[in-house]
This record gives sequence, structure tokens and C-alpha cells, in this order.
Amino acid sequence: MEKKNYTVSIYTENNLGLLSRIAAIFLKRHINIESITVSKSEVNDVMRFIVIVQVTEDQVRKIVGQIEKQIEVIKAFYHTDEELFFQETALYKVRSSDFMKDSGIQHFIQETNARIVAATPDFFVIEKTGRRQETDHLYEKLKPYGLMQFVRSGTIAVSKNEMQISGILEKFNTTNSLS
Amino acid sequence: MKVKTASFEEIATPESATVSGAEAIIKCLLKEGVDTIYGYPGGAIMPVYDELYKYQDKIHHVLTRHEQGAAHAAQGYARVTGKVGVAVATSGPGATNLITGIADAHIDSTPVVFITGQVGSTLLGSDAFQEIDVVGISTPITKWNYQVTDASEIPEVLAKAFYIARSGRPGPVLIDITKDAQFAPLEFSYKKCSGIRSYKPVPEINLLQVERAAEAINNAKKPMIVFGQGVILGKAEELLKKLVEKTGIPAAWTILGLSALPTGHPLNVGMVGMHGNYAPNMLTNECDVLIAIGMRFDDRVTGNLETYAKQAKVIHFEIDPAEINKNVTADIPVLGNVNQTLNLVMELLQPNDHSEWHQKFKELYAIEYDKLIQHHLTSKNPELTMGEVIDEINTCSDGNAIIVSDVGQHQMVACRYAKFKTSRSNVTSGGLGTMGFALPAAIGAKMGKPDRDVVAIIGDGGFQMNIQELGTIFQTKVPVKIVVLNNSFLGMVRQWQQMFFERRYASTEMINPDFIAIAKGYHIQSRHVAKRSQLKDAVKEMMEAEGSYFLEVSVEQEENVFPMIPTGASVSEIRLE
Repeated sequence: MEKKNYTVSIYTENNLGLLSRIAAIFLKRHINIESITVSKSEVNDVMRFIVIVQVTEDQVRKIVGQIEKQIEVIKAFYHTDEELFFQETALYKVRSSDFMKDSGIQHFIQETNARIVAATPDFFVIEKTGRRQETDHLYEKLKPYGLMQFVRSGTIAVSKNEMQISGILEKFNTTNSLS
Repeated sequence: MKVKTASFEEIATPESATVSGAEAIIKCLLKEGVDTIYGYPGGAIMPVYDELYKYQDKIHHVLTRHEQGAAHAAQGYARVTGKVGVAVATSGPGATNLITGIADAHIDSTPVVFITGQVGSTLLGSDAFQEIDVVGISTPITKWNYQVTDASEIPEVLAKAFYIARSGRPGPVLIDITKDAQFAPLEFSYKKCSGIRSYKPVPEINLLQVERAAEAINNAKKPMIVFGQGVILGKAEELLKKLVEKTGIPAAWTILGLSALPTGHPLNVGMVGMHGNYAPNMLTNECDVLIAIGMRFDDRVTGNLETYAKQAKVIHFEIDPAEINKNVTADIPVLGNVNQTLNLVMELLQPNDHSEWHQKFKELYAIEYDKLIQHHLTSKNPELTMGEVIDEINTCSDGNAIIVSDVGQHQMVACRYAKFKTSRSNVTSGGLGTMGFALPAAIGAKMGKPDRDVVAIIGDGGFQMNIQELGTIFQTKVPVKIVVLNNSFLGMVRQWQQMFFERRYASTEMINPDFIAIAKGYHIQSRHVAKRSQLKDAVKEMMEAEGSYFLEVSVEQEENVFPMIPTGASVSEIRLE
């Protein structure tokens, strides 16, 4: 079976240790995590993990099964790129002296919807949000100007289809009379 | 405001009193009906032991000689009783010594709550004396784990621990409690946990799948059942028996399914897997419908997956959705507790008779009997075989004993030849294959079922892996019967070296101590036999002994366990020699 990019979305309780519990499931199967992001979700006190892996569909299906088995995981899903809207954010720190000399690059930044978020006599900080190819493209463009630092966030993604987490929690609340 | 993520049973008049964290732990155990726990004291768990001293008339704490012994004893207790076992240890090495037992309980779905002491919360992360990140270490081998640093959390956390350990597919839970949380006061009231919103212990039953399963079973010409521990954990033994009898389908057990159906049941066709019986392994690749019940298609069961039951329609009754299509693709998965799903499918099954198909199992059994079994049980060689020792125990106990086996050749022989009449009579380390399991597990088993005979079958290698637990037997006077089948080899590894490594016996020969002298040192009645003429009398003496008994049997040194499916081979390539 062919390996491709899968985005695993995991809704969990907000508890200590879950990150390592989830990471361990990938480790046990010798699977490298391409990127991982944890944040709050659309539901109060529910966290959302976004994990990107390059695996076969059979592998990702089994991984999601093992993740869902964890007590504090509410629900886990996997999606292909086509089923998602996703973005990454990158920050580029470049030397002011080189950067100021070239109006071409400044123009390029404007054209590609990147932003200058800090400007000092010594350096500029540029922010770019987009797909991996776009942040990579800007990376190549900025490299000649003395890239002092570069960092890129993990992928964040929302699915085109509904995930229905509120429904799952609602159902538990009504059957167990939680207030 | 904190969101409620779990529900707890409401009690009309919950008692409330100010107690220490340590006393709260004991009170929680009592509320969960715990009367026996296994453990070993140490610095970070001393407040709990101080309370155990005060509550010693209510909770029997068994001091093992090593924390690994405590873990396996709690497992043995859980396996025979169906209750949650409890083991306690201190921080650091106490906690790490539990790890093998936790992993064993995890892979064999055994409900055990492990409680470890931890250094004070202000010392966490300072590399304090006996500090270890046991929550981190135990994460991949626990169903759930949690560190308590605030005493007021203790009742809810322990209520959740017991609920998680026993519900759904059972498993081990570890609760790590810092020393300051054991000392700190809290207002104690206890409500049992009844649900956790992110945890669904039993999946919803899809009736359509039940109907599809029934239809496939009704239309099958050559159906075969393979059942595992799920039948025991789901308390579905009677249902399985009824189903087998109604449909006339031959049924084979996995190693952990042993004793869920009486050995002597006419439709019980023995064990599947690497050293299982000839017929069920061969016919796995001939049946038209394979009905898997509460089992997980371990690689030791399936052999080469590429050639496993490819001709068959596979029906998989299973409580854990992650097991569906994990190793073997199920044509008809039936999720749910087998107790409920078997009941539902039963209604739709037509009475049937598969005697012609069953006859095939009998024919293959006859081949196995002629080539192997008769030689194992009635050997003409001067040396005793492992099989005839097990058979003598069968005869003497009339098949009523609980058999606790360790890991290796003797385990396979015990599982092949031991006879069972009632469920939960087989205790062995299946998935993890933990040498050293049997001696402490037998202690727990005997304490869990004091009215049953408990016989531990152990090799000379495994016996020395937790031999210190003879001290626990001596101190508690728990009357377990210990049989060491001594071939002066790590027999299973030696067998593989003989078969696959051209007899290069690297580090498998054992120069053993005088086991009888060791047993004497612990004041355990003991006997050594090497001759066939002495065996019957020795086993009888052991079974009739009032207290614990140690029987060492010198057996043939280079006996091999057959049948055998070599690694990577198909189940139908099972070898008889």
C-alpha cells in the first residue's frame, strides 16, 4: 500500500501526560511524526491534537484505533490532504542591511501575502502563513539575504466534513446526567 | 469552573470524615471490596503502610519478596477471581520492579490497580532519592495512569482507576501518589465511578452484523470456532457451551481461552497456535467459516498471516474495536461484549450437526495421538516426560486443580495436557511470555480461590527468576503446590537452537542448585523424583499435603515440544516432528 500524508485529528480531555501517551503509540510502531500541534478546540476544555504522518492507510487506521482506545481521548479521525483545509505559519529573521538594499524582495513579500512583523536596525522578522510549498518558496527567496533564523509551526487543519464532538459529549451528559 | 468529565454513583448518605491521604487510599480499597493486596514497603509509601497496620483486620497485605512478585501475585488473584487485583510499591526501584508485571497484565487484559508511592511533590523533577518518572515509564503499558499530588483527588482518582481496570477490555491502571499527598488531610467521601465521557468501555452492538453473522454460521458447511480469554472476561462460558452444542461446531481455544469450555467437552478440539493441536491448526486452513470469539489473532496463533484461513469467511466477535482488522481482516465484525453478542446471535442460529466435518478433527487427532501424544503420556524411555507429569496431576486432581504455568516448554506441555472442568482454572503468561510469572501468580491464585487446589508448573529456568517468593509462601503458609520440571536447560530456547541454530546451545545449559535444599531452607515440604515408578506416589503425596509442597521432577533433558508451527510458516505447515 502506498504511503502518503495523513492528518490525524484527536479530541481529548485536557490532561497531563496525554501528549506522551499519544506520541508513544507512534513510537511503538516506528513511525516518525512529521508535525504535531496541540491547542484548545471549539469545545470548552477539550483539546485538539493535529498530527501529520506519512504512512499507509492501513497503518493510519490502526493508529487511530489505538489512539481512540486511550481513556482520555474523546474521538480521533484521519484525513487525506484533499479532505482538509490546512495551513502552516513560518517566521523568517533576516539581516536588515542585506534586506534593505533590495526592493525586489520587499515587493515579493507584499505580493505573496507575507508580512513584516518586526523591523529593527539590525533585523527584520517576516511572517508567512500558507501551505508548505509557499513557506518553502519564501525560504529559498530569503536565503541569499542572510537568513538569521527560520522556524515553522506544525500544520493546523480543519476538516471539510463535520466532526460532531459536541454531539458525543452531549450524549454522555444526557445518559449520565452530568451537569 | 472545572468541567465534569466522569460520573459517579450517588449514595444516599455519603460518609464524610477528615482523614489523611494514606487512610483515604485504604478506605477506597475497602469501598471497592478489596480484601487482599500484594506489596513491598519503602520510604515513599510508608504513610500507606502505616494505615495498613491500623487496618490489618480488614485488608490482608501480603508481603512478597520482590515487587515483581507482588505484581504477578495480584495478576494471579485477578485471573482466578475476576476481581481487580491490587499491588503496592514504593517509588523508584519499587515502581520499576513492577513494570514487567504491569506489561504482562496489559497484554493479557488483566484488571490490576497498581499504587506506587512517589517523592514529595516539591521534589518532583529534582532527581530526588528514589525518584523515577513511573507515569512516563508505564504509559505505554497501562490502560490508564495518573499522578496524584493533591490528596483531595484520591477518592475520585481511585474510583476511576477501579472502574477503568475492570470495565470493557480490562487492563492495568497505575496510580502514583506523592508522599505529601499521602500525609495531607482531606474530606473523605466515596462514590464509585459509573462512567467517563471520553471512554466507551463496550461498543454499541450493530444488530445487522449479528444477523449477518448468524446467516453465515447457519449456511456454513465446515465452520470452526476459535475462542479466547474474551469468553472468560465476558462471563460467556455458558453461552459458548450452548452455542457449540446447538450448532455442533467444533471449537478450539487459544492459550488464554483454556478452561472456558471443559476439556472433556466432545466439541472441544483443543488448542490453536504454535504448539497447539494438529487438527484445529490444520483445519483453520480448510474451514469455510472461522468464528473468532474474544481473541486477538496473536502471531503465535496465526503463523504466517499471508496463508492464514484465506479460504474462510471470518466472523470476529470482539469488545475492542482496535482489534478488528488488526491482524486478520474480518468479513463480519461483531462488536460488543461477547456475553451480549453471543446471546443475540444464538436466537438466530439453527440447530445443526456438523458430525461429518467434526470427524475430520477426530481423524487428525488420531494422527497426533499416534505420533506424539501416546509417546508423551506413556513413554517407554527411561526418563520421565513432561507430559506424563501433567497427566498424573490430572489423574490425581481429577481435573479440578487450577494450573498456573510459567513460560517455556513446560508451559506448552501443561497447556496441551492439563484437563479443566471449570473456567478460570488456567493462569499463564500468554502475550508477554514472562518467565518467573508462575510462582508468585500461584500465590495470588491460591489466595483468590482458597478452596481450590492450585498447582504451579514451572521450569528450572523460570523457577529461579522469582525463586525468592518461596519466602512469601513460607511466611504466609499459603498452601500452593509447586512442580518444577527440571531438564537442566532453558528448554524452549534449546529446542530452537537445536532446530534452527544447528545445535549451538549458547547459554541454555543450566547448572542448577539443590532445589530440595532450598525448599528445605524455606521449610516447605519437598520431594525429588526421577523415576517413573515414583511419580504417582509423589504427585499423590503432593496433592494430599496439607500445606505447601515442592516437587522437583527430573525430566528428559532434550525433549522437544511438538507439534510446532515454525516461525513464518503457515498453520497448516504444522510439524509433528
